[in-house]
Amino acid sequence: MILVIAEQRDGTLNRATLESIAAAQSASEPVKVAVLGSGVDAVAQELARAAIDEVIAVDDPSLQAYTADGFVLALEQLVRAEPPQRVFLPHTYQTRDFAPALAARLTWPLVTDCTALKDGGYVRPMFQGKLQADIAVDRPHLATFQIGAFRADAMKAGSAGIRKASIAIDASKIRQKPEAPFKEAKQAVDLSQAERIVAVGRGIKGQEHIELARKLAEAMGAELAASRPICDAGWLPMDRQIGSSGQTVAPKLYVALGISGAIQHLVGMKGSRTIVAINKDPEAPIFEVADYGIVGDLFEIVPALIAALK
Amino acid sequence: MKIAVCIKQVVTREWQLRVNDQKTWIRDQDASFELNEPDAYALEEALRLKEKHGGEVIVCCAGPARATQVIREALARGADRALHVESDALGTADAGTIAAALAEAIRAEQVDLVLTGLQSDDQGFGQVGVVLAETLGIPHATIIMEVQVEASGLRVKRELEGGWFQWVRLPLPALVTIQSGINQLRYATLKGIMAAKKKEIKKVAAPAVASGGQRVTSLYFPEKAKQTQVLAGPPAEAAKALVTRLREEARAL
Ligand SMILES: Cc1cc2nc3c(=O)[nH]c(=O)nc-3n(C[C@H](O)[C@H](O)[C@H](O)COP(=O)(O)OP(=O)(O)OC[C@H]3O[C@@H](n4cnc5c(N)ncnc54)[C@H](O)[C@@H]3O)c2cc1C
Repeated sequence: MILVIAEQRDGTLNRATLESIAAAQSASEPVKVAVLGSGVDAVAQELARAAIDEVIAVDDPSLQAYTADGFVLALEQLVRAEPPQRVFLPHTYQTRDFAPALAARLTWPLVTDCTALKDGGYVRPMFQGKLQADIAVDRPHLATFQIGAFRADAMKAGSAGIRKASIAIDASKIRQKPEAPFKEAKQAVDLSQAERIVAVGRGIKGQEHIELARKLAEAMGAELAASRPICDAGWLPMDRQIGSSGQTVAPKLYVALGISGAIQHLVGMKGSRTIVAINKDPEAPIFEVADYGIVGDLFEIVPALIAALK
Repeated sequence: MKIAVCIKQVVTREWQLRVNDQKTWIRDQDASFELNEPDAYALEEALRLKEKHGGEVIVCCAGPARATQVIREALARGADRALHVESDALGTADAGTIAAALAEAIRAEQVDLVLTGLQSDDQGFGQVGVVLAETLGIPHATIIMEVQVEASGLRVKRELEGGWFQWVRLPLPALVTIQSGINQLRYATLKGIMAAKKKEIKKVAAPAVASGGQRVTSLYFPEKAKQTQVLAGPPAEAAKALVTRLREEARAL
């Protein structure tokens, strides 16, 4: 049996959960889905519309706000009571926070960031997505699935029963005291509406070269954006960052200059209609999503592009 | 505040990856190596906390002998001393094995705070910090963008998806995993490099631990999902061809 751990916040289901259910359904084993929180009836009912064996609701006031300790305490009991052969989770920030601790407490292996099931094991990226690995696991384990690796709309619909798990959580054992989630001051730039975007990555080498990218953006009538390291270094403001922790965009044209195409960047821009990659490494993962590519030194190609646009 | 910082040595980004004959790891005999980037930010954060609150920064590394390179670098940037759990197997081990090796070394030091990077550039498991916290029996928080020290412990800012954040309080001792960009990195000065030569690197024997239960059966370059039109030729020609395609074929300009 595969146990999928759903993710919800204030009664709203994270759609990445449906992707994990789709992954579990593709394995042709019985599937159960557990949802944790306080007041999770509505979410449990939503989950019960999937073709699965059962929804298990773990409802406890101490799970109202997410904490790593609360989730580990609850899930350790649930997993031991069921017990599944494997536990599937979406590879969200929340999962990253508690799943390794849960695995350690159960002494089960945890395979993170999987993109596919293969021969009873998994496929996962390594070396920043430049290589891919087949992973074998020989005992009960947990696996997390990269967002977008399975399609939520591939999840088979059905009708399942809902069961309340009786789990006792000693709230005094929860050491993290969380405050309410918040967004930083409103973003000055909304790139989600941009028609064209020129994005720079670490291949730009230095702050003084950002100007070159800006010139290309001007010549294309595009907004300037960046991968995370550029914003981390302070070369461009944070609100120009594209990716899982930045903005999600879907312009008509996305030009990636010196960006390798790590998954956290790809999730923010792969919905773009036409993608151009300029990169000196022909093996860079960005070429897996690019429509057009030029393999070479951006310091030679960008000036040539600006000239060609005139 | 006594702070342990866990660091890892990884192959440099610029190094052209090649897979070994067994297809289980890269051919890293002739690779160049560097400090894993999120760990560099964790180290910087530890140094800043020490500057503010006093105490000591101990660098902890589980890895082969060659990892001494990044340990020296961390000492040159300002860490006080280092623990090196030295074993060739730890260069490619899974998260559970590495966390177990680090835990024994760190437990003996009785630190107030452990910092790690949130994940490594090579394997990218994103597990060592959290498993280490669990092994040491201390609370943790992940993907941290700010650390405040309070009378009762720590108040840390977690990054969540899509521009959301959250503050969390933790009692000490605790472990937090640091996200890139939390601070601006400093680099080693010549003075720092000279001073590092005299700092202690204590070798710690790796404990005998059973495998974590997962293994790489095959490592390979991913297959391309999309047919990319690669525009070849000298820069001027490739640029012209691209502009033409974008105007006439993709109608994106
Ligand atoms: C939890 C988490 C959240 C994250 N969120 C985000 C996010 O929101 N957005 C994001 O972008 N990243 C994010 N990251 C970081 C991400 O994993 C990558 O580290 C990052 O995207 C890499 O940026 P890059 O492609 O610019 O740099 P690199 O990976 O270093 O790539 C640089 C590229 O430039 C090429 N290059 C170098 N010189 C030249 C030249 N002269 N001409 C042409 N090409 C050249 C190289 O071949 C290489 O492909 C996140 C990571 C984590 C763990």
